[in-house]
Amino acid sequence: MSSNAAAGTIDHHFDPTTTTGIPNKKLLMWAFLASDCMFFGCLISTHLIYRLHPPPGTPQARQVFSIELTSFSTFILLMSSLMMALAVNAIQKGNLKNMRWSLLTTIFFGCIFLGCQVYEFRNFVYESHLTITNSILGTTFFTLTGTHGLHVLIGVIWLSGMLLYSFTGRLTEKQAIDVESMGLYWHFVDIVWIVIFTAVYLLEYI
Amino acid sequence: MADALVKSGFIGAEGHEAPKTFVLWRPSAKTGLMSWLTTVDHKRIGFLYGISALFFFLVGGLEALFIRLQLIVPNNHFLTAQQYNEMFTMHATTMIFLSVMPLSAAFFNFIMPLQIGARDVAFPRLNAFSFWVFLAGAIILNLGWFTSDGAPNGGWFGYTPLTTRLFSPGHAIDMWVMGLQLLGLASIAASLNFIVTIINLRAPGMTMMRLPVFTWMTLVTAFLLVLAFPAITIALVELMMDRLFGTNFFEVSNGGMPILWQHLFWIFGHPEVYILILPAMGIISEVLPTFSRKPLFGYPIVVFSGACIGFLGFGVWSHHMFTSGLGTVGTAAFSLMTMAIAVPTGVKIFNWIGTLWGGHLSMRTPMMFALGFLWMFMLGGFSGIMHAAAPADMQQHGSYFVVAHFHYVLIGGSLFALLAGIHYWFPLMFGRKVSEFWGKLSFWFVFVGFNATFFPMHFLGLEGMPRRTFTYDGNMGWNLGNLISTVGAFILAIGVGIYLATCLYAFYKGERTLKDAWDARTLEWSIPSPPPEYNFRVLPTVHARDDWWYEKHHMKEIAEEEAEHAKSEEAHGGIHMPYQSIYPFLAAVGILIGAIGTAIVDPADPAVYTGFWGPKIAVTILGGTIMFVAIVLWSLEGCEGYHIHLNADGSIKGEDPHGGYGAGKH
Repeated sequence: MSSNAAAGTIDHHFDPTTTTGIPNKKLLMWAFLASDCMFFGCLISTHLIYRLHPPPGTPQARQVFSIELTSFSTFILLMSSLMMALAVNAIQKGNLKNMRWSLLTTIFFGCIFLGCQVYEFRNFVYESHLTITNSILGTTFFTLTGTHGLHVLIGVIWLSGMLLYSFTGRLTEKQAIDVESMGLYWHFVDIVWIVIFTAVYLLEYI
Repeated sequence: MADALVKSGFIGAEGHEAPKTFVLWRPSAKTGLMSWLTTVDHKRIGFLYGISALFFFLVGGLEALFIRLQLIVPNNHFLTAQQYNEMFTMHATTMIFLSVMPLSAAFFNFIMPLQIGARDVAFPRLNAFSFWVFLAGAIILNLGWFTSDGAPNGGWFGYTPLTTRLFSPGHAIDMWVMGLQLLGLASIAASLNFIVTIINLRAPGMTMMRLPVFTWMTLVTAFLLVLAFPAITIALVELMMDRLFGTNFFEVSNGGMPILWQHLFWIFGHPEVYILILPAMGIISEVLPTFSRKPLFGYPIVVFSGACIGFLGFGVWSHHMFTSGLGTVGTAAFSLMTMAIAVPTGVKIFNWIGTLWGGHLSMRTPMMFALGFLWMFMLGGFSGIMHAAAPADMQQHGSYFVVAHFHYVLIGGSLFALLAGIHYWFPLMFGRKVSEFWGKLSFWFVFVGFNATFFPMHFLGLEGMPRRTFTYDGNMGWNLGNLISTVGAFILAIGVGIYLATCLYAFYKGERTLKDAWDARTLEWSIPSPPPEYNFRVLPTVHARDDWWYEKHHMKEIAEEEAEHAKSEEAHGGIHMPYQSIYPFLAAVGILIGAIGTAIVDPADPAVYTGFWGPKIAVTILGGTIMFVAIVLWSLEGCEGYHIHLNADGSIKGEDPHGGYGAGKH
């Protein structure tokens, strides 16, 4: 438990040393996420453009996708964001124990999501014969979801590093901004998935 | 007590107890190689960008001279067609990414924090990282000159399907792709830093509408960079995946469409040209007021126009593709948007003229380059507006008319402004004056040479000479134009030579100047030349636009304010400085190795290696591991700094007075 004198007197939403009151690290993360938005936007655009021009005889998305599995993994990722928010809330109150449990759950759910992706990809390649090289759908799909999966993996590594660091005694309420930045990244990864799920999966069923 | 705790809620702020960190080594060298490899000082990083940019300017210039030598007479054999392709590709890539952009970055780094009254940027180590990754990118781009693959040769815009593996086997294009990816990483990291710095690290009283225009342009350029670069990053990822893994992004037989490359590239490429020109416009907006002895005319509209240009710049990309079959609606829409974007640009020109009007003009070297900018950039704008008319562009596209246009805006525009900036801020950065005579001489050689080189190209283009062709026949009517152009190029080269020699001489032997060499208007001139490591003795309180001018005319009020603030800064523990670090450099080394693995190392020869592991994977993973370890150690070492206290003369208590980065040591 962090010091009682510190708890409650740290304002986690206002940094008086900056011109706007927004902590520098938070502003940095928001600006980075704006850039990452454009990044995913271009990949999603590539997929949407090519979706309108399917060459004849190539796999059809509706026949390949399993919307049930993907809905489940989407839900899991959404719940992982809830756990992340709880983790940030905990460290802002100086509650290291709760933060660690919430972080662990976030990591766990993130890994379930990644596991579902691996399972899904293997199915597509071996059962449905959709590979990254044999069709334009395969190329855009695997590149887009693969890039997203890479972002999730980087997030899981970051979360795990933060969890380990919390055992060194160097992570206190004062460092809550670092956990909050990581939280912003994780929520972004989740929101991008919602957009991908809609634009890539749900769009095929309308 | 509670107050101190509130302030210490964020690491590295005003905390009185040092948070625990994991530090292997705190570099502390102030001189020598290590001091450069571990520096986080924005002034030193700006200097590093500057000399790198000037070095690559010579490289790009040499490539240009080779092009002009090949074209001096028809049916020439100075270069083979393959070599010619490498020359025009590398000339453009070098000039844009390794010369103009880093020269702008040099000024963003050195000048912007001083203009907002800050001691450094928001994330000093990230700033150093940006420079080292830039250098890594520059190395990868140019490695091809030394390998059997040759330098990149697909044009600076790398159109598919020419750059796919089918038509460009070998590693030249791979090096081009990875080089640009690294440069993109560097640019984005630096821009994120500048955005946070300008928004969050302004001195008290420095509202957004009191910012110097150069700082405003830094901010707009930074936003353009972080939003435009992802487009080319994705385009390059898609190309690289096609080349390495056989995906189908641009593979026609499997449904890919090469035109996608053009769209993605130009969605980046058009904002890129505004990235090249906006900093230059910012410099002009500083130089003209100083040498007209008048404030900038129409400051709010100049700022707003800059932001408009940035915003509208995302809506015009297909004017680079008018001949690709966009269709009537698309062509008309982009044509209109392109014409619209001339409006804010014109507004700026009128405001600059308004600044000069009625001013007491001081025709020093920076002013000459600035006036040259006004006129030459306008000429470039006129040919640009001609391109905007799509029917006319049908003839102009792919011809030397385009080459004339963009060299007028890039040399006459960006380069002239950057050359003005070097002369203008030279006394501040190095505490020495540059010779007026030799500076002006270099201006005239550059001005005459530049016009002689590129004005004929307008005619060559309208008479049908195509771009990117290594030779031409003697009976096309292009002989005289090409001859004049080549002669002009050598005059330009002499001008550049005189310019650089003059600056080099001034660096070592120029007449010393202590402060405010031009009686200027903005805060960077309020500190000694060259600036001390900590920038400001006391962080200024800003009262007006052109705050240094205000300070000079309210000296008593400012002196009282400063005495107050000096006391309160001492009470907070002194001046807070960031620690140096080796990790930005190490991370960049890791990235360089990884990029070499991806671009150059050959995959496993199936006859020799079985299974997954081969040299390509090994080198890439080695690089990635070094990068990862460096990043982990970087985050563990924490972002706290140390405090310094000053003696009466401004020197740092307890420090060796002979540190510094230039010959202008004090």
